[in-house]
Amino acid sequence: MDALHEMDGVFPADALRETGVTVREAGPGDEVAGVAPRWVALPETTEEVAALMRVSAEHDLAVTPVGGGTKLHWGNPPERCDLLIDTCCLNQVLEHASGDLVAIVQAGVTMDTLAETLAAEGQELSLDVPLDGATVGGTLATAIAGPRRFRYGTARDLLIGITVVLADGTTARSGGKVVKNVAGYDLGKLFTGSYGTLGVITEATFRLHPVPDDRRWITVELPVPGAGAAGRPDDAPGLGALVAGLAASQAEPSAIEVDWPDVRVGPVVSVLVEGTAADARARAVHALLEERGTPWTTTGPPGWWGTPPSQDVLLELRVSPSRVDGALRAIAAGGPPAHVRGSAAVAVLQIALPPDVGGAVLADYVSRLRDDLGHLGARLTVLAAPRDLTGRLDRWGPVGALSLMRQVKERFDPGRRMSPGRSAGGI
Amino acid sequence: METRTLDGLARHFQELLGDGAVITDPVRLRTYECDGLTYHRATPGVVVLPETAEQIAAVVRACNAHGVPFVARGAGTGLSGGALPRTDGVLIVTSRMRRILSVDVADRCAVVEPGVTNLAITEAVRHLGYYYAPDPSSQQVCTIGGNIAENSGGAHCLKYGFTVNHVLALEIVTPDGDIVELSDTDPGYDLLGVFVGSEGTLGITTKVTVRLTRAPETVTTLLAAFDGIEQGGQAVSAIIGGGIVPAAIEMMDALAIEAAEAAVACAYPEGAGAVLIVELDGPAAEVTHQFDAVTRICRETGAFELRVAADPAERAAIWKGRKSAFAAVGRISPAYIVQDGVVPRTALPEVLGRIDLLSREYGIRVANVFHAGDGNLHPLVLFDDAETGAGERAELVSGKILDLCIEHGGSITGEHGVGVDKSRYMSKMFSDDDLDTMQLVRCAFDPRGLSNPGKIFPTPRLCGEVPGVHKGVHPLVESGQAEQF
Ligand SMILES: Cc1cc2nc3c(=O)[nH]c(=O)nc-3n(C[C@H](O)[C@H](O)[C@H](O)COP(=O)(O)OP(=O)(O)OC[C@H]3O[C@@H](n4cnc5c(N)ncnc54)[C@H](O)[C@@H]3O)c2cc1C
Ligand SMILES: Cc1cc2nc3c(=O)[nH]c(=O)nc-3n(C[C@H](O)[C@H](O)[C@H](O)COP(=O)(O)OP(=O)(O)OC[C@H]3O[C@@H](n4cnc5c(N)ncnc54)[C@H](O)[C@@H]3O)c2cc1C
Repeated sequence: MDALHEMDGVFPADALRETGVTVREAGPGDEVAGVAPRWVALPETTEEVAALMRVSAEHDLAVTPVGGGTKLHWGNPPERCDLLIDTCCLNQVLEHASGDLVAIVQAGVTMDTLAETLAAEGQELSLDVPLDGATVGGTLATAIAGPRRFRYGTARDLLIGITVVLADGTTARSGGKVVKNVAGYDLGKLFTGSYGTLGVITEATFRLHPVPDDRRWITVELPVPGAGAAGRPDDAPGLGALVAGLAASQAEPSAIEVDWPDVRVGPVVSVLVEGTAADARARAVHALLEERGTPWTTTGPPGWWGTPPSQDVLLELRVSPSRVDGALRAIAAGGPPAHVRGSAAVAVLQIALPPDVGGAVLADYVSRLRDDLGHLGARLTVLAAPRDLTGRLDRWGPVGALSLMRQVKERFDPGRRMSPGRSAGGI
Repeated sequence: METRTLDGLARHFQELLGDGAVITDPVRLRTYECDGLTYHRATPGVVVLPETAEQIAAVVRACNAHGVPFVARGAGTGLSGGALPRTDGVLIVTSRMRRILSVDVADRCAVVEPGVTNLAITEAVRHLGYYYAPDPSSQQVCTIGGNIAENSGGAHCLKYGFTVNHVLALEIVTPDGDIVELSDTDPGYDLLGVFVGSEGTLGITTKVTVRLTRAPETVTTLLAAFDGIEQGGQAVSAIIGGGIVPAAIEMMDALAIEAAEAAVACAYPEGAGAVLIVELDGPAAEVTHQFDAVTRICRETGAFELRVAADPAERAAIWKGRKSAFAAVGRISPAYIVQDGVVPRTALPEVLGRIDLLSREYGIRVANVFHAGDGNLHPLVLFDDAETGAGERAELVSGKILDLCIEHGGSITGEHGVGVDKSRYMSKMFSDDDLDTMQLVRCAFDPRGLSNPGKIFPTPRLCGEVPGVHKGVHPLVESGQAEQF
């Protein structure tokens, strides 16, 4: 059915407006990975989202939820997109039960606003938020975590309850406002990383942590790796052993990050310790790093800490921690100049390539790394890249449980109207 | 299910797995008729004892071909009847799948078969300075497969989280009989996270990659005695409010202490109306700091005695009373129900007060033992089964405690699962739409509903029925044969 045409005498635009939700015509700034929607709706409550979704179901409108819009170019372009559900007005922190270390928030609340609210009571959501304007919903839907994932886990580990609206307008909740809860299936997990393809996240409940009394970053620059042929390093800088030692250290770091802007210079490693005894623990970490360079300790993070190395062409490599050196060797071995950054201890690394890298070069690079690293159990995904570069490139690579994921998509969104095609395997 | 089909299947399984791995003898089948919740019983149709994922897949495919339900079973320690077998079905027991396949300290993980016990993982890596963090009290016997199905936790999950936070990958046999890997590195939906805690309804775990945790530098355990449970509760709030997340905070009330004394003579401080056990672990410098704060808070909130364990033996002595509490109530009551519910921590004083009122109202004693840090209550509802009506009253009290949990925004189960025991409470906690949505997940994994049917959900819809969608006027309404309200 053509989404623009009337159904039973009602035009979709009118039906959308009849919900009472603010709806506007989409403009040039509203494209989702190059696909232009027709309308943008600005709901303020879960009920309004449900009303919009019911109309969308009746008129076969394809829907994409939008948070801060910082990552709309991530993932594949949607196969179709009629309506954007912009969550900017779903912006209330509904409850901060500080005594229970729990907060309930609407999906459109920005991570910054949430952090400010929680900090007033000396608490925090232990997720690092590198990008201004990112929302709770977008953070869950993309499931990307920052440095402190090493200690606190990722969004899925901190999410204890969720409210979602499905493609047909059904509102469902799972979990609750207690940390310990094993009643029923955990829909929050399912929606974490769903890229808007299963429904709209409207509310989330998180477990919180007290803001640590103190923090220290201990940073060291490792020596330039031995140069091989053509000025390329033939060896990674023994990062793996260093990181393994740090990860096992009784100083219990919260994060161990690496930043390696250019394979011709030595990588920088920075370690975060938090808590009442941060100073004493920092000294222990310092001692470990001294074996490899001249470390320095600061009370604030290095400038690059927890931010992506690029917004343009960004890949994510996951490998088992003991294989980090092998992965770095493969990255350095050829292809366009790469900037590597990420969580060394959990071995999730972001690779930025120059924005002018050609489509063919990118495709070669991705397939070579997948070939080289596949035997290490590595996974390489293309997080962000301009469409003209990706062509027929499979951004996600092979996914073990894809057929089950397809079945889940089919059950939740049989009409393929929720951001169709955005996520792994075109789900 | 016709007995003929089951007989035929049993013969087929003997060909697949060998004679010794298939049980059909009625007497031996009875061994498997219940789990830790003994008042639900059913003799399984056939029991199989597979040794490989391929064998499980073959069994499941055969069940599929004949529409026969199947249930997985680990050690059978579950307390919600999750492993209750089907008389018309196949029980797949993992007791022969007990190998630790690999331990990799560099990657801080181990790969194990589903029948490996929880404690065996820690024992295999302890000498390397690592352990497996989730520690249900049943850890000596319960299996990792059962832990995954129940998303089990233990006294230390306040700080360290539950099973779901410690599983990196699973190999499962889907209800269709496919062998699939679910990994935390897969992009897309977090099916690993959904599978954990699904109580055997989404398939069978055949291999598990668990995260190993570094043993902490220091562990300090202290016991604080209070006049009453309110003061103990205040201490808990002040500790957490002070920004300290202990490895464990456990509380027992007077009746639970009485039971523990009767059973194991744990010699807790005389006259204590409540005891609090606080365990701190981590870097020595930090633990020292926190220990000072915790002792100060306990004194300020009225602790009249504090004991600190100086060594592992003393630590064990402190934990002994707490760990034996469930079994110990047998000493002071002929029969009891172990309840498992959760409330927000700040609601603890109110809820404990209401439990006390219920107990008086119905003349049923309730001993309280609980994971105070995360509000997970395990009230032991005591009764005399020789007394007419006492069992019913105990059940009533036990159910009303769950109502209290729901009323306060909590959960009907914190770690024992829903199983058959609590499926009827699910619709008190969740709306029909919530349950229908969960059913979409079930249908995606198990369209025929053969994997552990009858558990978790109150009478689920069939997968063909589309839940929650109401289009137009129902034909019966239109024709005037029915009304819709
Ligand atoms: C190296 C790196 C590290 C990062 N680390 C972190 C980190 O530690 N913590 C962190 O918070 N962020 C982190 N991010 C950023 C994060 O992944 C996203 O930028 C951000 O969370 C997206 O938020 P947004 O509101 O702008 O989403 P948008 O860009 O608006 O949307 C992103 C996706 O989510 C979907 N979506 C948005 N809202 C909803 C909703 N309500 N329901 C369903 N689907 C929805 C959209 O359809 C879209 O597919 C990191 C990014 C990088 C590159
Ligand atoms: C004294 C005692 C103390 C306990 N303390 C705790 C505690 O502190 N914390 C806690 O969380 N629990 C506790 N429990 C409950 C119980 O031990 C746990 O639920 C445990 O995880 C069950 O493991 P099991 O191997 O015995 O599983 P079973 O009882 O055999 O089965 C439990 C469920 O798991 C499913 N299952 C088993 N194996 C598999 C598999 N391979 N694949 C798919 N599904 C499977 C079954 O179908 C069933 O639904 C306690 C029980 C007892 C008796």
